[in-house]
Amino acid sequence: MANTETMTINMGPQHPSTHGVLQLVLELDGETVVKAVPHIGFLHRGVEKLSENRSYHRALPLTDRLDYLAPMSNNLGYVLAVEKLLGITEQIPERAKVVRVMMAELTRIKSHLVWLATHALDIGAMTVFLYCFREREAIMDMYEKLSGARMTSNYFRVGGLSLDLPEGFENDVREFIDAMPGHIDTYEGLLTGNKIWQKRTIGVAKISAEDAIDIGLTGPALRASGVDWDLRRDNPYSGYEDYDFEVITRQGCDTFDRYKARLDEMRESCKIIHQALAKLQPGAILADVPSVCLPEKKDVVNSIEGLIHQFKIITEGFKPEPGEIYQGIEAPKGELGYYIVSDGSANPFRMKIRPPSFVNLQALPQMVEGALLADVIAAIGTLDIVLGEIDR
Amino acid sequence: MSEMLSLSNDPLLFISVMVAKILAVFLVVVLIVAYATYAERKIIGRMQTRLGPTMTGPLGLLQPIADGLKLFFKEDIIPAQSSKLAFILAPMMILVPAFITIAVIPFGGMITVGGYQVPLQITDLNVGILYILAMAGLGVYGIVLAGWASNNKYSLLGGVRSAAQMVSYELAAGLAIISVFMLSETLSLRGIVEAQAGSVMDWYIFSQPLAFCLFVITSLAEINRTPFDLPEAETELVSGFCTEYSSMKYALFFMAEYANMIVVSAITATLFLGGPAGPFPGPINLLLKVFFFMFLFIWIRATFPRVRYDQLMFMGWKVFLPLALLNIVITGAVVVF
Amino acid sequence: MSQAAVAKLKGAFAASVLDVKEHRGEVTVTVKKEDIVAICRYLKEEAGYNFLCDLCGVDYLGQSPRFMVVYNLYNITTKERLRVKVPVEEQDACVDTVSGVWSTANWPERECWDLMGISFAGHPDLRRILMPADWEGHPLRKDYPLQGPGREPYQGRLS
Repeated sequence: MANTETMTINMGPQHPSTHGVLQLVLELDGETVVKAVPHIGFLHRGVEKLSENRSYHRALPLTDRLDYLAPMSNNLGYVLAVEKLLGITEQIPERAKVVRVMMAELTRIKSHLVWLATHALDIGAMTVFLYCFREREAIMDMYEKLSGARMTSNYFRVGGLSLDLPEGFENDVREFIDAMPGHIDTYEGLLTGNKIWQKRTIGVAKISAEDAIDIGLTGPALRASGVDWDLRRDNPYSGYEDYDFEVITRQGCDTFDRYKARLDEMRESCKIIHQALAKLQPGAILADVPSVCLPEKKDVVNSIEGLIHQFKIITEGFKPEPGEIYQGIEAPKGELGYYIVSDGSANPFRMKIRPPSFVNLQALPQMVEGALLADVIAAIGTLDIVLGEIDR
Repeated sequence: MSEMLSLSNDPLLFISVMVAKILAVFLVVVLIVAYATYAERKIIGRMQTRLGPTMTGPLGLLQPIADGLKLFFKEDIIPAQSSKLAFILAPMMILVPAFITIAVIPFGGMITVGGYQVPLQITDLNVGILYILAMAGLGVYGIVLAGWASNNKYSLLGGVRSAAQMVSYELAAGLAIISVFMLSETLSLRGIVEAQAGSVMDWYIFSQPLAFCLFVITSLAEINRTPFDLPEAETELVSGFCTEYSSMKYALFFMAEYANMIVVSAITATLFLGGPAGPFPGPINLLLKVFFFMFLFIWIRATFPRVRYDQLMFMGWKVFLPLALLNIVITGAVVVF
Repeated sequence: MSQAAVAKLKGAFAASVLDVKEHRGEVTVTVKKEDIVAICRYLKEEAGYNFLCDLCGVDYLGQSPRFMVVYNLYNITTKERLRVKVPVEEQDACVDTVSGVWSTANWPERECWDLMGISFAGHPDLRRILMPADWEGHPLRKDYPLQGPGREPYQGRLS
């Protein structure tokens, strides 16, 4: 036997395929990974500490900055958590709920598009990247129409929505989701049957169902390991129980099945959005809870009561009774949870965010040890991590 | 039939004709290299619903010149920990073999200059194919040297990958074309072209389809193009062996890549598609065939993901090599019986 | 029902269960920290709470005990949640690790140590995770200034 040495290389925090500022210290024996140690925290902004020092309304914009590829999902999780803490979940108007579902699913498509784009690019398929970004652009335009911002939407409010849908928005959405299944077929045409793509993904970064549960994987990554668990169906929120959709599970446990699962999930999202559009009725967009929700603009401008009302909420916020709740939602990347402790003041006493990517990333060393360097790239891609929410 | 021009019968004319030929070929290759980058960006752009360069000059046609100027004026960084001589030598060692391979490619028939016959080919070596294989083998030194001299682990990995890849694929490529000169019974490229003269059906692509496919695929691997671009895998190795290079040295790597593309296209056209044969004047036929292959390579780049290192080796040694050997056996049997 | 699980838990660890609370339909069990690993293993293996959603620390500055370590559990079969809390004294801010029960706990426990300063006995790799390795202090503690140590407090409004 020749005497061989392993080589340690630093992958990241500046590396084109670590999806942000993830640093991986890899110990390589030739091209085989002996050991992989992820280092995170390069993007830590202290969102939890900051939100302890702000009122509930003002902590909302911070959540946009967690998973910046799916801001509306983060907003949704937060407002649902605060609504649960206040005990006003039942009073959210129907229209607000439907719009929330619609936007959450559009966000899921948007997030999966970026995942597919970067995952394919990492493996070397450049063309899919640009196709996905074309479709994502359409969703970004819708975001802009709706909230004025392309990335950090900050659109939902505790109690409902900040604004009603702009004119013609439903048509935009309808046009988009009518075309989307065709686009997904295009991506599949480029990748699914492609021999090289199959060779690069089938059997790569496998993780069994037991290991996946043990390490805490959630979302499509868990469902591709054959665990049938989707919070939208199992612990429905925001009226998901009224929608008819399939939970995509696959048995392959590998990168290819995670890829297929996410693509099928996009198709299901289109179905949900169709149903949401059919349910959309005119109506109120904010709950009738004056102690929490801002008054309408016309009341603020025209009456002293409205002005005082707005002033009180803006300056004092609202004070949920002491207690603690945990609200998890099915974000595009997995279970996004908010654990909020209230001490009866206007600021959250403690807000812990459970970001799906943070927990999912833990599975990385297990997935790549013993694999080749090129598989590390595939594994990072297939976990669909966003450093904004890992580091918070 | 007049006499062939040579050094002995008219030294002055011979040298000036030679210089003119070399200059013409060099100029054409450099121009194609420059505009291959443009074409690649435009074609891939179209395939990916983008426009490609549009701002510099009409239709962005001045883009290669702008790129060249930019790279030329960039600061030339040599890493402090690098091995300086090797670091500077490496890009040249890649570029030179790429350019001189073109010397044996015939790009037309004979023309008459001053009463003498002059072949449209810089030189007709009687071991032309061996020369090509030898030059292709030299190219790998440049990459390995670049990877090693940079003193960067990613570059080193790229260099090691490319050494393994080029050696194993050169073998398969060399074996694939053996069957061609088994048929032509000469190693001279002009001889091979003449053996294919006649009708289109005499082209070796029809009698040697397997060898053709093998050669195109393996040469794709030899020049490090997608899906075999592992040595410079952008997303894994951060550009691999050229990570540390900047300025004109970096440009040299790119020129070498595109020059290699032209060379490989020209060799394929010569060996399998009758070289300069066709309806137009010789050089134009050859150029059209070269452009066809270059388009094919660009198209492949827009379509395929990258293979993995072990899969690449598996394909090289366990698929292409046996196939090439099988092809030789079959061709041999056909030639003998 | 998670109530049933709590009843079972009370039966098995009668002396350890300090408090059971329900708020907005969510059940929170406070238990003694000495038994946390045994209780977690029991909940995982006997009561079916096989998924650890989240683990974090909460700082109740001024109260005694000062910290709570919170375990949010989930039962994938019955789709139910349960929250287990462990009070931790400031002087002895150390809890036994549950990373042997769920591998998930590894990083959240590191995070809890990093940001809250609660250490976990028996943890395989207890290093800072979000803050730099040479950072001093634990930022999520209530007595840690928002602007960071050694800086002028922010002059604008925060709430």
